Amino acid sequence: MSVKLNTRQVGDVSVVDVAGRITLGEGSSALRDTLREMVGKNQKKILLNLGEVSYIDSSGIGELVSGFTTVANSGGQLKLLNLTKRVKDLLQITKLYTVFDVHEDEASAVRSFA
Amino acid sequence: MPDPARHESEAVERLLDSTLSSVDHAEEIASGLAQSAGFDEDDLMKIGIAVREAVVNAVVHGNRYNEKKKVRFSVLKNSERFTIRVADEGEGFDFNHLPDPLAPENLMRTSGRGIFLIRSFMDELQIRRSESGGTELVLIKYKAKQEDRFS
Repeated sequence: MSVKLNTRQVGDVSVVDVAGRITLGEGSSALRDTLREMVGKNQKKILLNLGEVSYIDSSGIGELVSGFTTVANSGGQLKLLNLTKRVKDLLQITKLYTVFDVHEDEASAVRSFA
Repeated sequence: MPDPARHESEAVERLLDSTLSSVDHAEEIASGLAQSAGFDEDDLMKIGIAVREAVVNAVVHGNRYNEKKKVRFSVLKNSERFTIRVADEGEGFDFNHLPDPLAPENLMRTSGRGIFLIRSFMDELQIRRSESGGTELVLIKYKAKQEDRFS
């Protein structure tokens, strides 16, 4: 399986549930397209739920960084939710863990956008 | 009495097309052999990512998806180490001056972390000119380090 993305609305926060692999090719381009579409629709509060992401490569990391920058440049915020240990480790070794606002609980993550 | 399985050597070599499906294929081969070599789940994931990064590097940056160019891929496992070689037919690159992806000015770059991840996940990485003039990466994971964790 490559990647599955499902978008839902919780109040004014758009939550994207991501499952599978975010790797070069289909996985990273699907994430890029989804985030660009959301920014195009002027959605400013985006929460990426990575709880079901099994695997992410350097291209996937690049897409997270690119998404973060794109959303921030449009005046919005992109935050991360439910990192698996693997993804957390990966963000830590690349020193990106502190760049992202990371949450473990959806309700508090949603409230943090206020 | 020594366990004969520990001394079993196995080698696989493939000539891969310069496509992204070769990345999946290479990962499958390496992961299968790494599993039979007894690496734990954490190391299997690390080897898998490192192989993907190495083959992506060869296909995308080395051969630039050129269908006339191939990626020479091999995996060798023996009782001591697990060695993966990935050689492209590209122009080569200046591997002595790769930007540091952890430097503050590079932190938000959207690329340039592949070689860094390979170094982080394997015990050893050698980068050199391949026989065809391209680049060859040699990735090594030692089995002893894994066994030390359980001894």
